[in-house]
Amino acid sequence: MNSTNKPRKTPQESQAIVERSLRRRYWAERRFRAYGLAAVVAGMAFLVYLFFVIFSNGAGAFRQSQIKLNVFYDPAIIDPAGTRKPDDLVAADYAAVVRAALKARFPDVEGRAATRELTKLVSGSAAFDLQKSVVADPTLIGKSEERWLLASDPVDLLVKGRVDRALAEGERPLSDQQLGWVDKLKADGALALKFNTVFLTHGDSRDPEKAGIWGAVVGSFFTLVLTLLLSFPIGVAAAIYLEEFARRNRWTDLIEVNINNLAAVPSIVFGLLGLAVFIGFFGMPRSAPLVGALVLTLLTLPTIIIASRAALKAVPPSIREAALGMGASKIQTVTHHVLPLAMPGMLTGTIIGMARALGETAPLLMIGMVAFIVDIPAGLTDPATALPVQVFLWSDSPERGFVEKTSGAIIVLLAFLVVMNTTAVILRKRFERRW
Amino acid sequence: MTPAALLLALALLSVGAFWIGKTRSLAIVGGSRGVRNLHSLPTHYGFMTALWCALPALAVIGVWLVFQDAIILRLVTDHLPAGVKVLPANELSLVLNDVRNLVAGNIPAASVSEPVQAAAAEYARLRGISRMALTVLVLVMAVATILVVRSRIKPEVRARNRVEQVVEWLLIACSTIAVFTTIGIVASVAFEAFRFFSMISPLDFLFGTSWSPQMAIRADQVGSSGTFGAVPLFTGTLLISFIAMLIAVPIGLYSAIYLAEYAHPRFRTWAKPLLEVLAGVPTVVYGFFAALTIGPALRGWGESIGLNVASESALAAGLVMGIMIIPFVSSLADDMISAVPQALRDGAYALGATRSETIKQVVLRAALPGIVGGVLLAVSRAIGETMIVVMAAGLAANLTANPLEAVTTVTVQIVTLLVGDQEFDSPKTLAAFALGLVLFLVTLALNVLALHIVRKYREQYE
Repeated sequence: MNSTNKPRKTPQESQAIVERSLRRRYWAERRFRAYGLAAVVAGMAFLVYLFFVIFSNGAGAFRQSQIKLNVFYDPAIIDPAGTRKPDDLVAADYAAVVRAALKARFPDVEGRAATRELTKLVSGSAAFDLQKSVVADPTLIGKSEERWLLASDPVDLLVKGRVDRALAEGERPLSDQQLGWVDKLKADGALALKFNTVFLTHGDSRDPEKAGIWGAVVGSFFTLVLTLLLSFPIGVAAAIYLEEFARRNRWTDLIEVNINNLAAVPSIVFGLLGLAVFIGFFGMPRSAPLVGALVLTLLTLPTIIIASRAALKAVPPSIREAALGMGASKIQTVTHHVLPLAMPGMLTGTIIGMARALGETAPLLMIGMVAFIVDIPAGLTDPATALPVQVFLWSDSPERGFVEKTSGAIIVLLAFLVVMNTTAVILRKRFERRW
Repeated sequence: MTPAALLLALALLSVGAFWIGKTRSLAIVGGSRGVRNLHSLPTHYGFMTALWCALPALAVIGVWLVFQDAIILRLVTDHLPAGVKVLPANELSLVLNDVRNLVAGNIPAASVSEPVQAAAAEYARLRGISRMALTVLVLVMAVATILVVRSRIKPEVRARNRVEQVVEWLLIACSTIAVFTTIGIVASVAFEAFRFFSMISPLDFLFGTSWSPQMAIRADQVGSSGTFGAVPLFTGTLLISFIAMLIAVPIGLYSAIYLAEYAHPRFRTWAKPLLEVLAGVPTVVYGFFAALTIGPALRGWGESIGLNVASESALAAGLVMGIMIIPFVSSLADDMISAVPQALRDGAYALGATRSETIKQVVLRAALPGIVGGVLLAVSRAIGETMIVVMAAGLAANLTANPLEAVTTVTVQIVTLLVGDQEFDSPKTLAAFALGLVLFLVTLALNVLALHIVRKYREQYE
């Protein structure tokens, strides 16, 4: 045979072969290890990049350009009849007041077209702000005061450096003339970035500079509170039954398999369930936090049940045996001894479930919480939207100013999630007991 | 009283009932000195009274509220003028919607016709009567049960056993909600899907290659054929999921290996949670990220090397979805790798294998079933993912395997078909439920399979 004919290798030769293969194998080892590290680093890099994009886009949403103007509350415009009746004050043409203030600032502007361009520097909501202050305090009429008025969206973008001045005039949102005015205002200190209270206190709007997230925050709040009130007791009760009372049989196996599968069912399917059952069959109102909460309850229940069961499982049997030995009934054992010990774990699981529910969008789209809603919802059956849905709605808007608002809303959403998850971690760290 | 106020009143009554039951039991045995003559603790008598007060009343409220609206609408319909009553069902429901909206104050009275206004007044009147009746019934019932139970409290009544029996039934009821949810999903989605299949043949749906759900309103309308061949959606979903898995599986698996086998414990303790942050970011954020950053960037790169990349390409959506799924794969794989007994590794080391050889030839092979299960779960997650594809993938139902083109997915179509106003019995709306049924069944099958594999694997090493 071939192999027997070969001359035997000397020890030196064999060693050389082994060393060569060892070099190769160690090299493979280092490469493999580097792949692993690269994968971890890649994952983190994605995370960092994602946050960088969101924060660099969204930081501007919390600041807003305002223009300082000397506003004269002209009685001839606001209340020509001099009645001071609230109805008349509400109906007055405050846009004209703003226009007059702008013209007073730039007296050399003439002609209709130029005036129209000039008025576009200030947001349309400035007139509403004036209306609000006049209705609240009619004695303002006839006086003048220095006021910071909301700048329009293009001016805001310009101030934040998101408009390229080098572009041809037709391709940017502001004309050369408007740029000149803006620069003049800036030079006089009459145009500045201020903290954006509108964004945090107003409802949705079609105009980026007037749009706020408060309506969505309130909608999310109502939805989440009801979700918590429903899913926590039900989830804990189900976990107690399955872990402490149920005998292992077909029925409990079925429930278990069901819970595990529901945890992995796509969330949009829960939305279909909500649409068909709660809205279609029970006739509940569309777009309401009530229905949203019911759907999210079904969605988070599996998470809470699984976490609660794990928490119950972690309580050592000796505790139960001791309680039963002292003559406690089964329910007393659970409610007086097991449940308090398992509570931190259950709460942790619940908070994590709530965090997931807060970020959930798809099922809410299905039940119509995706409408354009300006008003702040006041109850569980009012039409409302939720924070993630607001993100979705704004990301769809063509106006460039909404890119910033969307990122700003995401930052707020992430802030809530961070708070919730940190609470969960702290809870676990503080109350976790090892037996 | 509004239902909310009624519930509040009932809650207060129950608290009162607890107190009445407790003091009554004590009074019967002559104060706290006679407590040992009672079968149960005084609080048990309190709970017994409270439960008797609350539970039947709650049941009545529940049943009442479920049927109230339907019955009132029926009565209102009877009062509508004959001309309106003979309208077909869908137009009649529009009229009734007007009635309801008017009562709720969503639309001004001037915007609807005279009979609708009359019907709304009738609706409001009947609802008032119904609420009044419910309030009286519930409060009388609650008070009556409190009095009856109070008179029945005797030292030998086994209050604790009764209360605990009820509590146990409540626990059982809570645990069955999961089952009812599944039944609800299957029943509701399947019901609407069957209505769809009675209009469109299931074979056309499952094997047709043209998807264009817009129904023609006029006969000569272009591009509104109303064909429901879902194959382009299935291929689109699979294409995007495939791209996502191409990203997520290698990165997830390699990071799991690194974290479980190589990383210093200190590195691991902060790297692992940080990776899992990726899973905690809401999907709508990823969608925005994909649409704002990745899509345009890919398009730009494509242009610079002469490729035509759609701005809503399958690649962009798949890439971002892959990033989202990385922690999902890595944490499952990490669990599986950690579950492999140390003895297997020691055996390999003893034979002179390097660490990477041990991992590749022993640990991964031992953990393979578990990892496959985890990957299957990740695939099911990718198929069901909605927001990323809604925001970053297109609407055009292209039948293509080219990742640079725009494709659409099952979930995108469900959202587009159901968001906005729609009537409940057009094939267009019902098609969403048919797609939902397919989605549910496919993900369910994947989950069952994956959970089965994972459980089998876990048992092997326990």
